[in-house]
Amino acid sequence: MKFPFFNFNKTQAPEFWKRYSEHFKSKEQRTIKETRFIVFDTETTGFDFKEDRILCIGATAIKDNKILIKDGLEVYLHQSVFKADTVKIHGILKSEKVKKVEEIEALIQFLDYIKDSVLVAHHAGFDIGIINRALKRHNLGKLKNDVLDTGILFKRSKHIVNIIDPNKKYTLDEIAQELKITPKDRHTAAGDAFITGLAFLKILPKLNKDGNMKYKDLFINPLNY
Amino acid sequence: MKNTIAERIADFLKNYPPFNLLTKKELKSISEEVEVLYLEKGKFIFNAESKPLAHFYIVNKGAVKLTMQEEEKQNIIDICDEGDIFGLRPLMVKENYILNAETNEESILYGIPLHVFKPLSEKNKNVKNYLITSFASNIKDTSIVEGRGNISSYIKKETNNDLFNLQNAKFTKKPITCEATTTVKEIAICMRDQQIGAMVVAKNKKPIGIITSKDLRNKVATGDFKIESKAQEIMSSPVITSTEEITIPEAHIAMLKHSASHICITKDGTPKSKLIGILSLHDLIVSLGNNPSVLIKEINRAKKSKHLRTIREKVDLLLKTYLEQELPFPHILNIISEINTVIISRSIELCLKKMDSPPPVKFTWLALGSQGRKEQLLMSDQDNALIFEDVPKTKFQETQEYFISLSIKVVKYLNTIGYEYCPADMMASNPKWCTSLTEWKKQFDDWIINPDGAGTLLSSIFFDYEYIYGEKDLTDKLGRSLFKTINEHKYFLSKLGKDVIDKPSPVGFFRQFIVETNGDHQEAFNIKIRALMPLIDAARILILSHNLKNSNNTLNRYKKLAELEPQNEDLYNSCARAFRTLLKFKTEQGILNNDSGKLINLESLSKTEKLKLKRAFKPIKEIQELLIIRFNLKQMM
Repeated sequence: MKFPFFNFNKTQAPEFWKRYSEHFKSKEQRTIKETRFIVFDTETTGFDFKEDRILCIGATAIKDNKILIKDGLEVYLHQSVFKADTVKIHGILKSEKVKKVEEIEALIQFLDYIKDSVLVAHHAGFDIGIINRALKRHNLGKLKNDVLDTGILFKRSKHIVNIIDPNKKYTLDEIAQELKITPKDRHTAAGDAFITGLAFLKILPKLNKDGNMKYKDLFINPLNY
Repeated sequence: MKNTIAERIADFLKNYPPFNLLTKKELKSISEEVEVLYLEKGKFIFNAESKPLAHFYIVNKGAVKLTMQEEEKQNIIDICDEGDIFGLRPLMVKENYILNAETNEESILYGIPLHVFKPLSEKNKNVKNYLITSFASNIKDTSIVEGRGNISSYIKKETNNDLFNLQNAKFTKKPITCEATTTVKEIAICMRDQQIGAMVVAKNKKPIGIITSKDLRNKVATGDFKIESKAQEIMSSPVITSTEEITIPEAHIAMLKHSASHICITKDGTPKSKLIGILSLHDLIVSLGNNPSVLIKEINRAKKSKHLRTIREKVDLLLKTYLEQELPFPHILNIISEINTVIISRSIELCLKKMDSPPPVKFTWLALGSQGRKEQLLMSDQDNALIFEDVPKTKFQETQEYFISLSIKVVKYLNTIGYEYCPADMMASNPKWCTSLTEWKKQFDDWIINPDGAGTLLSSIFFDYEYIYGEKDLTDKLGRSLFKTINEHKYFLSKLGKDVIDKPSPVGFFRQFIVETNGDHQEAFNIKIRALMPLIDAARILILSHNLKNSNNTLNRYKKLAELEPQNEDLYNSCARAFRTLLKFKTEQGILNNDSGKLINLESLSKTEKLKLKRAFKPIKEIQELLIIRFNLKQMM
C-alpha cells in the first residue's frame, strides 16, 4: 500500500501534517497553569525501534492540575508484526476484538489530538522514538512537541541526599509505589498513561514548592540525568 | 472509542452512592466527563462564600475536611474520605458555598461536572430520592465542636425522645365487618367465635359504625334493644379514623379524647375511604407491654424456660427499638443489663426449686466478663462462677458436688433461654469455677503472684465479676482479698498493662483495609479484640490500681477515673465516648447480622461508619501511652 504523499516534502505535505505543524507557529510565552499536557503511553510488540510496532496508544490530557478524562485518546493499531512473547505483557492479541485502525490513521488521530501540547511519558525517549519511527515509515517528520519524562521529573523531585544511584532508572511501578498510586490496568496503554498522569500531578507540586515555577523550569535537568 | 480510564473511574464510582444507583450507561456517561485532581495536604478546593464551581467532588483517595468559620473558631463539620461526595448541594441550589473544603491529607479527587450529573439525577428516580434524603439529613448542628479524639459530633444529640414517639401503633389488618342490617345476635355470635371485642359496620368497604362488647352490654343486655335489632340501630357512629401511620401516643390521645376503645384505620384516614384495619386499646397495651418494667414483672412471674426465652427475645426487640430511637446509650446499657440480671436470678431461683434439698451453705452466683461488666447487650456466651461459704475439709467435696449439680442445671437452663455455653468452659458447672471462698482467694492470688499468659487472660475475665444472686457478703470478702494481694504485688498490674499495649492499634490496621477494599483482604474486622478489649482492659487495670472494685462497668470506670484524676479527665472522657460508640456499633452490627457483632465485615460499612470507627480508635492509642508511663512499661517492651 503506497500513498501519494510518501514522497514527502514540504509543499506536498498531507493536510493533517500541515494542521499539526500550524500549531507550532505561535511563539507565545507559556504558563504551566494554561498549558495542556498530554500524558501518553504506547504498547508495542517489543523494544526494537526498527523491528517493533505500536499496538496501542493511550493518552489523557492534563490542564490546570487536572486530568481531563474526556480529553483522552485510546487507539489500537493493526500491525502485521506480531510477537507472541510480548503478548503476556500488553495482553493485546493479534485478533483482539477491539476496533483497530491502520497505523497511518492512528498517527493522524494522535497528531490531531496532541496538537502543540507538552508530551509527558514515563521513559519518554522510547515512546517518542517509536512514534517518530512510525512517522518516518510514512515519510513524515519528527514530533515537534516539548517532551517531559516522568522518570527524570521524579528524580528531580527527590531530595538529592535520597538519591543513592543517580543513574538509577525508576520503573513506572517503582514510582507508583513511592508516590502511593495504586497500580491498576498496568500494561494497557491507557492505564499506564493514567498512572503516569497521576504521578505527574503528584510530582509537580514537589518541584514547585515555592509556587514560582515557570514553564521553562520544567525542562531544566540540573543533574543531567 | 474504548476508554480504559473512564472504565476505571466508573469502577470506583459504582461502589458509592448515589452513583451505585445509576445504570451502567449513565455511569459511563458521567465517568467520561470526570476531572481528576491531586491536592497536597492543606489545599483548599473551595471556600465558604465563594461562587459554586462547575464540579462537585468525590474523594478517591485521602480525606477532605469541611469546615465552617465561626467567629474565631474553625469548626470541622465533616471529614470526607474515600467515596464521600461533597460540594454538591450548593451547585444544585445555585448558592454560594457555606463551608470550606480543605484537604486533610494528600488526596485524589474526582470532579464531576454538574451539567452531566444534574440531568441524570432528575431522570433517575432513585438518585433523586437519595439526594433529597441526604440533603435533608445533612443539615447538621453547626455548634458541634470537635475536640481531641472527640467523636461526639457523630453521636446524635441525645434527645429526650419519648420511647414511643416514633413507633407506629400495631393494628389488626383486615378486620371482620358486618352490614348495617346484620342482626345483633349474628354479630354477638361472630364476636364470640372470633374472640374479638368489636365489630366494624361497613358499607362498600367503608366504616360507618362500630359495635363493641360495651355496646352489647349497655344497649342490648339492658333490654333497651332486642337481639334481633339491626347493627345500624345500636352501632356507635361515626367511627374514629386514622391512617396507618398513627403512632402509639397519637392513638392513645385519640381514644382518650373520644372515650373510644377502637380506631378504624382507613386508607386516607377518613371514614370515606376503604377500611384497612382496626386498632384497639388492647393492641396499644400490648405494644406498651414491650417495656422494661412490664418485662421484669413477666420475668418474675415466669415459671418455665420457654417463657424466659420468649421474654429474652422481646429484650432483643426492645434493644433494637432503643437503638433506633437513639436513646442515650448508657441508659440502654443499664436497662438491658438489669433485665439480663433479673433473667439469670430468676433462672437460678427456678433451678433451686428443682434441687432435692436447699443449699447446704450460703453461696453467691457471679457473672463474669461482659455480663459482669454489665455490657452484654446481645446474647453472647455465658461466663459465670459460683462461690460457696467455707466448710470443714471433710464436708468440702459433698458441698462442692451439691453446687456443681445446681450449676449444671442453671447453665443448661440459661442455654435453653438463649445464652450460649462458654466454649472455654468458664462456667459455674466447671469444678474449677465452683468452689469455696478460700479456694477462690487462692486462685486469685495465684494469678496475681504468678502472672503467666493464661493467668492474665483468666484474671481479666474473672476480675470483672459481678454479684447476681445469693450472699453478697462472699463477693465483698473476695474483693478485699483481691486488693490486698494486688497491693502487695504491684508488678501484676504492669503485666496486665503490658498485655494491653501489646494489642496493636486498630488504626493502622484499619486504614490498610480501607485502601485495599478491592483486594483479597476482605477479612472481617474483630471490633471486640482490636478495639473494645484494649479500652476495657485499660479501664480495669487503672481502676484496680486505685483499689476500687465496686465499679465494674467500663463507662462507670472511666467516669470514676476522670473524677480521681482530673488531670486526665479529657482522655478518660474520650475513652468513655469511644467505648460507647464502639459498643453501640458492635451491638448494631450484631442485630444486623444476628450474631454477637464482634466480627465486622468492612465491606458492608458505609464511609461514615468507617470514619466513625476510626475516630473512636484514637483514644485507644492515647490510653495505651498512658499505661506505658503509669506502669513503667517501656522497660518491659
